[in-house]
Parts: sequence; structure tokens; C-alpha cells
Amino acid sequence: MKTPVSWIREYVDLPTDLTTEALAAELTDLGLKLEAIEKPGDQITGPLVVGRVLTMDPEPQKNGKTINWCTVDVGDANGTGEPQGIVCGAHNFAPGDLVVVVLPGGVLPGGFAISARKTYGHVSAGMICSARELGLGEDHDGIIVLPQDAGKPGESAFGVLGLDEEVIEFEINPDRAYALSLRGVAREAALAYDAWYTDPTQRDVPPADDQGYPVVVEDPAGCPVFVARTVSGFDPAAPTPDWMVQRIQLAGMRPISLAVDVTNYVMLETGRPIHGYDADKLQGTVRVRRAREGERLTTLDGTDRALSTEDLVVTDDSGIIGLGGVMGGEATEMSATTTRVLVEAAHWDAVAMFRTGKRHKISSEAGKRNERGVDPTICEAAADRVVELLTTYGGGMAEPGVTVVGTPPEPTTITIEADLPARVTGMEIDPATTIRHLRAVGCEVAEDGTRLTATVPPWRPDLVDPFDLVEEVARVVGYGNVPSVLPTPGAGRGLTRAQRLRRRVGRTLAGAGCVEVVSFPFVGEAAFDQLGLPADDPLRHTVRLANPLSNEEPAYTTTLLPGLLKAAARNVGRGATGVALFETGTVAFPSDRGAAPIYGVDRRPTVEELAALLDALPAQPLHLAVVLAGERERAGWWGEGREAGWADAIAVVRRLAADLGVAVTVEADARMPWHPGRCARVLVDGTEIGRAGELHPKVCASFGLPKRSAAVELDLDALLARAVDVVPAPEFSTYPVAKEDVALVVDDSVRAADVEAALREGAGELLESLRLFDVYTGEQVGEGRTSLAFALRFRAPDRTLTEEETAAAREAAVARAAELTGAQQRA
Amino acid sequence: MSGPNTDYDPVEVTPLKPEEVESARDAALAAIAAATDLAELKQVRIDHTGDRSPLALANREIGALPPQARKEAGQRIGQARGAVAKALGERQAVLEVEHEERMLVEETVDVTLPTDRVPAGARHPLTTGAELIADIFVAMGWEVAEGPVIEAEWLNFDALNLGPDHPARTMQDTFWTDPQDNGVVLRTHTSPVQARTMLTRTPPIYVVCPGRVFRTDEYDATHSPMFHQVEGLAIDEGITMAHLKGTLDHFATAMFGEGITTRFRPSFFPFTEPSAEVDLLCFVCRGAGELDGARCRTCRGEGWIEWGGCGVVNPRVLTACGVDAERYTGFAFGMGIDRTLMFRHGVEDLRGFFEGDVRFTTAFGSEL
Repeated sequence: MKTPVSWIREYVDLPTDLTTEALAAELTDLGLKLEAIEKPGDQITGPLVVGRVLTMDPEPQKNGKTINWCTVDVGDANGTGEPQGIVCGAHNFAPGDLVVVVLPGGVLPGGFAISARKTYGHVSAGMICSARELGLGEDHDGIIVLPQDAGKPGESAFGVLGLDEEVIEFEINPDRAYALSLRGVAREAALAYDAWYTDPTQRDVPPADDQGYPVVVEDPAGCPVFVARTVSGFDPAAPTPDWMVQRIQLAGMRPISLAVDVTNYVMLETGRPIHGYDADKLQGTVRVRRAREGERLTTLDGTDRALSTEDLVVTDDSGIIGLGGVMGGEATEMSATTTRVLVEAAHWDAVAMFRTGKRHKISSEAGKRNERGVDPTICEAAADRVVELLTTYGGGMAEPGVTVVGTPPEPTTITIEADLPARVTGMEIDPATTIRHLRAVGCEVAEDGTRLTATVPPWRPDLVDPFDLVEEVARVVGYGNVPSVLPTPGAGRGLTRAQRLRRRVGRTLAGAGCVEVVSFPFVGEAAFDQLGLPADDPLRHTVRLANPLSNEEPAYTTTLLPGLLKAAARNVGRGATGVALFETGTVAFPSDRGAAPIYGVDRRPTVEELAALLDALPAQPLHLAVVLAGERERAGWWGEGREAGWADAIAVVRRLAADLGVAVTVEADARMPWHPGRCARVLVDGTEIGRAGELHPKVCASFGLPKRSAAVELDLDALLARAVDVVPAPEFSTYPVAKEDVALVVDDSVRAADVEAALREGAGELLESLRLFDVYTGEQVGEGRTSLAFALRFRAPDRTLTEEETAAAREAAVARAAELTGAQQRA
Repeated sequence: MSGPNTDYDPVEVTPLKPEEVESARDAALAAIAAATDLAELKQVRIDHTGDRSPLALANREIGALPPQARKEAGQRIGQARGAVAKALGERQAVLEVEHEERMLVEETVDVTLPTDRVPAGARHPLTTGAELIADIFVAMGWEVAEGPVIEAEWLNFDALNLGPDHPARTMQDTFWTDPQDNGVVLRTHTSPVQARTMLTRTPPIYVVCPGRVFRTDEYDATHSPMFHQVEGLAIDEGITMAHLKGTLDHFATAMFGEGITTRFRPSFFPFTEPSAEVDLLCFVCRGAGELDGARCRTCRGEGWIEWGGCGVVNPRVLTACGVDAERYTGFAFGMGIDRTLMFRHGVEDLRGFFEGDVRFTTAFGSEL
């Protein structure tokens, strides 16, 4: 809401030396948030004066343009009193017109310095200005032509143009619709300075009679009050007075014609949107009702609209002529030939206004006010003010009839304990202060013992609950007076185990050289195709969005890999030679259990109701994904670097599992987006929790990643659920260790993990540890065979092992491996 | 070597004369002194104290001497051997020290060589930032509450007094899952976590809820369809706006330093009444609006930074969530984590958080 300060001052007796900044700060403290202060004249310096065009000689130019060589009377402003010679490219004026001239030495907005300069064969000593050149709007169709009585040549044009005005732009919260008017802003200013306030809607209005234009309201709930007045003999060519044009412009609206400008002006002044009809185009009784199935209307923006049975419409005998309170129809719009105006000032149901605006995507100044709630008691005053202005400036006369249909709703009353503001705000506010401040904001207050009953003023439909009154009192006392007191919660239990574990996950991965990323969870078919997922892959079954930002990514993702692989590719594209990234985030799988119910809010939902609500939500497990692309270890003086591969991905999983105290196993798997021969399924207690390995070459290519890039994706919730809780203390022997190495030759199809398991089983309790330290294939072991070399360490808890005991354990291990895997001890 | 030598020794020796013992001793001592490294000394040891050395051989002959000569010869030879052993030990120690010193010099490396074989990883600033905030509240006895990002419409809106006709419920602001009448949204704030907490716990409640939220904003330097919020909720008997102010002041001080406080401006949120915008005293210019004569860039000369929204929990919200609004009052607040980190660290473009460029994130790797 843009409010010229001079307009505020028209209704409030503010201190004369009050600065605009101070006023804006005070109003911000009351809840009208300062957005910006505009001082249109601030960017203009030097002589900007009124001039009268004396002569005007059109001179066609070679470039096809015609310029005007003008002499302009600028009084004594140029120091000589002689006419000023100025070249002007505009043609919307004539000799004798008053114009705005900036003389050499002046500076216009944007640092545009004016000097006498030679152009088109003349010395042009200054410039005749357009509105845009002065920062007064976008109008650049021609120069500004002032009314003949605007001033004398040579006088400063600042005042004439309103350039000495200062405008405060407020951001108005939805509960303070009354402040979408000068009436409301001025009331707040009066509150801030305890100043004398004149309500612009306080005026004597002619009483309703039955002589006015016939109006029938068939839906009084949708339209509780409808006031109609008629002005006839109106001159459609009459200009809008300058002061009104200026104020409308300063308030951020566009002047259009006198009739339209007057309705907008009164809306800005009072907050009450007004609609004007060309009364000569109306046919018969005006009615208000809900639209019927299948009805349509072409609104005055030229759009043909299909109406809903919830829409409130205004009709006459011809049919629908307007969307009530939102936008009028084209057929009865006021035009350049309108001489008889029907003025409508009606109060509309705010919810209906909101829904209609939303349904038809109409955002207008009128709709903005009507949907937030306007004072229902000022319809007559606002209509009367419109009539006054139309007749004063448009030469018409008010017809005698005054139509008033309906009555404003009864005012709301709210009862509170007098100490409620003190109890809620923690400020020392006594009942007398509460009463005083409630009255200051417009409430009538009745006392009954410790209880106060406030009758809410009609312009405050937002005041409904006791706590609403608390806020009113608190803002007048001043939020700055709220003391600062720390609450004293009981002893807390710190982070939950899951929260601490998740921190651990991030630290472990960062420690393993991975960099965390946060990417958007939006995904589309293209990403699944890039991952090479088959058409029936369950990951393609997504939670879809009704209104995605991009139709390319219309779903919430089921896998973190697309975002992560794209981030990796972005880093590679920016020159990284090796990238290790990780991300933790939720993915979503549709519940397919129907809609989540919407309950009332007057009570807590029952346990069953709540369960039904939660049950309808998608499953949203927390996932972890890692990508390792390109150089994993750098080359350096220590030797060669090393590219990431399948083993690095599995190593990350094992390291994480070890840090969490979870025993994971891996087994071969073949599933996109992984390389079918280099993909591991990760299991905990036999349950699959994810995959790790090298990405399929096609996937690397489709994302633009280095060959052999590797990736991991795990269900982190499932992993963390199995994290060790209380670590039992380890027991270990201090007797000497006995080391034995064995090399076993197996068929290529035999898995190392199976050989290892067999060795462990065979070695028995004396085995302390076992580690595969070499893998060999080649001539010495034969085609299709692999040699696996294991280092075994034996130790007893209570004695030094004898050579015989150690040898026996080793042989038992080898024997078991031979039995289970066909392993032969290498000679 | 103790006891009489009863064996027959095949080596022909004659008992050494005293001069010969001295001479053998002196020769040994000279050789020891002349040894320049441990290897030479080892050879000297073999030559002069080994089984075939003159002194060893002489020693073996003592037993063959007549009893009266035995004592004298034993003493003489014993002294000579003792002197040689002592000299060997001393020389060994000296040469070992010399050897070690030489080795250490020879093993000198260029310690300025790079050691970054595996590049460093880092956690994301949004993660560490959220943890920092959580820890500040946990230290006050609060707990950290969480909830899903795909949320029931009722919890995201209705329960928080955002009725069916609230403007925030339009397609312009909220991502709806398909079909829209399924009543499931991407949460637009972390407030549904507050609702869930009230629905499942009994007061007193002191929780802070950090998390991801979604709005249908186009992606630019200051807007993102996904961003992060932290909200706080306190429900207890006798809770007032003063407790809200005290909590936010403490939060500001813990996060931005001693003396950095907050101020309230009246505002409007459906879930709180009274409602306030909370501003943070600029921690760079400390409210002056300028720094070294230039306009403060962090607060754009305002002296204060818009931080978030807050207020007293609307009793309608308490009722919908099953909290006795007659007995309990509460306060709630919320602010953007991304935005807070932007001004805390001088991040100019919000998109830096979501691009995944490792140069951005690793720079924050030292954040605690």
C-alpha cells in the first residue's frame, strides 16, 4: 500500500516537523511494515520549471523523424527573461501549452545531466520533459502538458508535479485489511502520535428511499449490503483534476478517466471498492445471486469466463453483468460516451470473494480488499463520496433516489479477563492500560468485574478471539517493551540415538574423503532412463506432483542417485579430476492407500483418525548415496594415482558399517544402474539394505561421468536400526600369536567370502583373525582357477599354543575349505 | 670358562709373559681406538677378544700353570681382558651415537612435499548449520523433533489454523501431490512437526524442528523450491512472549556472539497470536548500519537483519492438537537455515547450497 504522506496528514494532525522516516518507523512498530520510502523529487536537481510554448516549428529530418524547434517562455528562470530555444521530438502539444522544462544545469533521474547542446542544427538549451524522464511513471508517448492554471512560466514545477511528495509503501499483513486505505493508515498514524483524527467516511449521507435504482439481493449471505446511487448528465470528456491524478499515481495506480479515477480514489481513501456501471446500458432491475450451472461472462478485461455456482454475480434483465466484488462485465462498462453512472458500493462475503478470485485467477485492487474484509458500514458514505466527486468534476447531478439493500452485520464482541494481555505477553499491563488501548484501536469496552467485553469496530473483521485483543494491546504498548526471560524447561535427554547416528554417518563419509551435497528431490522419466532402469522397475513408481515446477521432473524421487550423479558430472564438467560425493535424504514410495482425510480443528483427532491420516502418507525412508568418480587417490611423489572403482564403493559401505557396529555382508547382484558383473547387494542380518559397485558403462556415459565410476545407495534407516547400541567390552589374549599363511586354489566361480567362511569354520576357536592378502590367477594355478592367499592368526586365551596345536587348527581350516569349496592347498 | 682346564688343548702355546700380555692388551686398545665405525669395531672385537685372540688363548692356559703362578697370571690376564672389554663397550657406545646421528642426517626428507593423496571430504554447511542450532537448544534442555517432508494437508495447514481458504493453500505456493484432493503436500514449513509433537506428547514440550521445506518458488539467487527451516515450540504453564524473547535473544547470542540480541515487530501468522517478525541485531556492524564509513553490507545499512517469524501459539492450534488451551500457553518461532547461513557467511547466491560444487562445500568443511 503506497500512501502519500500529505494524504495521511489530511486526516491526522501530525507534528509538522515529523519526518517521513520517523512516521514510517512508528507505523512499522504498530504493525504496518515499511517496505520503502519514495521521494520522487529526490533524483532531480537544478531548475525544473513551468514553461509556456511560444512557437513551434516542425522540421523534417533526413532520418525520417520530424523534430520541433520551439521557443518557450520560462520567465526569469533562465536568468535573462528571454524565450528559451529547445528542440523537442514530441508532438502532443501546441503553442500556448504549459509544459515542464528542465534547464541546463539540471539533473534528471538516472544522473541524466542537462546542458545546452547543438542538435539538429540548433542549440537546444534544455529539455521539455515526459513523465518517464522525470521518474513519474512509464508514460513516454509524449511530453507532459500541464493544465492552463497549473502555474506561471518560470515557477518551480516540483509542486505542480507532486515531486515534493513523499510516499511510504507499507507491506500490509492479511489481517490488517483496513490499512489498505488512507482511512486506515491515517488511523494508525493517529494512534502512534495520539493525534487528532478525522475519519473520511464520517459524512452526512442522504437517507435511503425507494426512488433509487431498483436492486434485489437474492443472496444476502453473499452480499449483505448493496448501495446504489446514480449520477446523470455526466461529461465523459471532463478531465480528472490534477491533484487526484497525482494521488492515484503516487498510490501506484494508473489514472484512466474521471469516472474510473473517482471510484479508485474513493477506494484508496476509504478502503471500500466501488463499481461504476454505464447506467444507460443497464436493463431493468439489478440483482445479486449465485451463478447457475453453465453460465458465462465476459469480464471487462475481455476474458470470457465459465462461472461456478459459487460465484456471486450481478445481473440485469439482459443477464449477468458482473462478477460481484471482483470484476465487472464488458457489456455495462463505463466508456468514453458514458453520461449516466450507476455507483455500486456493496459489501461482499470475503470467503466468496477469495474463492472467486482464486478460481478465475483474477487479482485486482478491489478483490484484494474484498477478500480480506472491508468495513461493511461505510457503503453509503463511500457511494456518497463518489457521487460528490463525480458531480463536482464531471458536471453531472446526483439523481434523488438512494438505494440501500440490507444492513451491516452486528458487531462482534469479545470477552477477556482484564489481565490476559499481561499473562500472555509477560509485560506489565494493568487493566486500565488494556481498556485505554482497546478503545484507542476503536473498540468499545465494557467492564464487568475482572472481565472486559470489547465490541469490535466494523473495520476490524480480523478481531475474533481473545488473543486477537492481546495483540492489539501489545502492539500499542509496544513490542519493544517485551522483557527477555529464559524459560526453564526440565532436564532434556539430548539428541536421540538416531540423531547421533546420522551425525556419525556424515562424519565417517567426510572422513573417507566424500563431500556432502544437497540436491532437489524432483525427478522425471528421463532420469530413470538415464539410470537404465527397466520399464517395470519399482523405482519408477513415484509420488507424483500435481503442480511440478517443471513437467520434465514431475515426481518426488525414489532414489538419490540422479541428483548425486548430476552433481558429480557438474563437478567433472567444471574441471574436477576426481569426485567423491555423498548425500543423505528421504525418498518416497507411494502408499496407494487413498486420500489423507481432512478433519475439523475444534478438537484433537482421535487416535484412529490420526493413524488413518499418517497411513495415507507415502513411505519416506532416509537414504544414503555415494558416488566415486575418477581419481580416488592422486598421483604424486609417492607414486601413481588410482581411479575409483567397484571396490571403493564397497569399501565405503564396509567402513560405514564398521563405524556403526553393524555386520554387513555383500553378495553378487546384477541390477541397473550398476555393472552387472560388479554390483554388490548389501545385506544386514540377511536383509537387503542397498547396493554398491561400479556403475554400468552406459550410465557413466549418459551422465557424463568418467568410466568405472562407482556408486552406493543404501536404506540408511534400515542400517541405523541395526547399529550397535551398547558396545560389550572386548576380551583378548596376551599370549603369543601363532601366524600361518595358506594359499588355496579354487575354481573361478568360487567366492572369496565362501572360502573365508569355510576357513573360519574349520579353524575353530583358536583362530583370532583371518585376512585374504593376495589373489593370483595365471599359469601356475591353471586355466579357470584362482589362488587365494590367507593370513591366519591363532591364539589361545590361556596358554601359548604349541606348534602341533597351530598346525592342527590350520589343517582343519584347509580341510573344511576343501570340503565346502573344493579348495586345494597350493604346493 | 671357570674351573680348571682339564682338557687337552691342541694349540701349542706357552704361557704369556707379562710383557706379552701388556703388549696384546695395548694392541687391542689401539685397534679399538682406531675403529671408525661399528663394522670395523666388530672385526676388532673378533680379532682381540675372540676365541683365537692372544688374550683368550692365554686365558685358557692359566689352568695349566703351577698353582702359585696361576694366581698372578690370572690376575694379570683378567685385568688386561677387563680393560679391553671396557674399551670395546665405550667405543661401541660412541660409534652407535655417531652412527645414529649420521643415519638421521642421511634420512632427512623435504617435509614440504604434498601429502594429499586422498582429497579431503566435508559435510554440507546446511547439515553442520542445523546441528549447531540444534545443539544450542539441546544445551537449554530442549529436544530435536522431526517429521516427514511429504505431509498430510491437515497437519501442514488445518491443524495450524490455516483454514481451507487461506491464501497459502493455493497452487501458487504449495506443491501438491497428485491428485490434489488426496490431501498430501510437500510440507511448506516445518510447523507440521510442531503439530505432530503436540499430538503425540503431553506438555511441557520444548522442541526445535530443523528440516527441509518446499514452496513453488522459481529458482534464483534468493529463492528456491526447496529450502531449510528451523522452528521452535515451547508449551508449558505460564509461557509468555517474554520467554519467547528470552529464548531468541539467547539463540542470537549463542550463534552470533555476545551482545547480539533480537527485536520484535508486529506481524501476522495464522498459527500465532500475537505474532511478531523477529529481527537480529547486525552482528557485523552491531546495529550501526555502517562499517568504516561505508554502508554495512550484511544488514544493508539497516542495523538489523530480518530473521524470522514468531509469536504466542494460537489457542486454536492448541485445541486442534489436543493441548488444553486453558491450562497451557506456548510460543513458536521459525527462520530459514539457508538464509541464516547466507548472512552469517556472506553467501551471495542461494544456489551455491544446492549445486553440489565441492569447492563450495569443502570451504565449509571446518564448520563444527
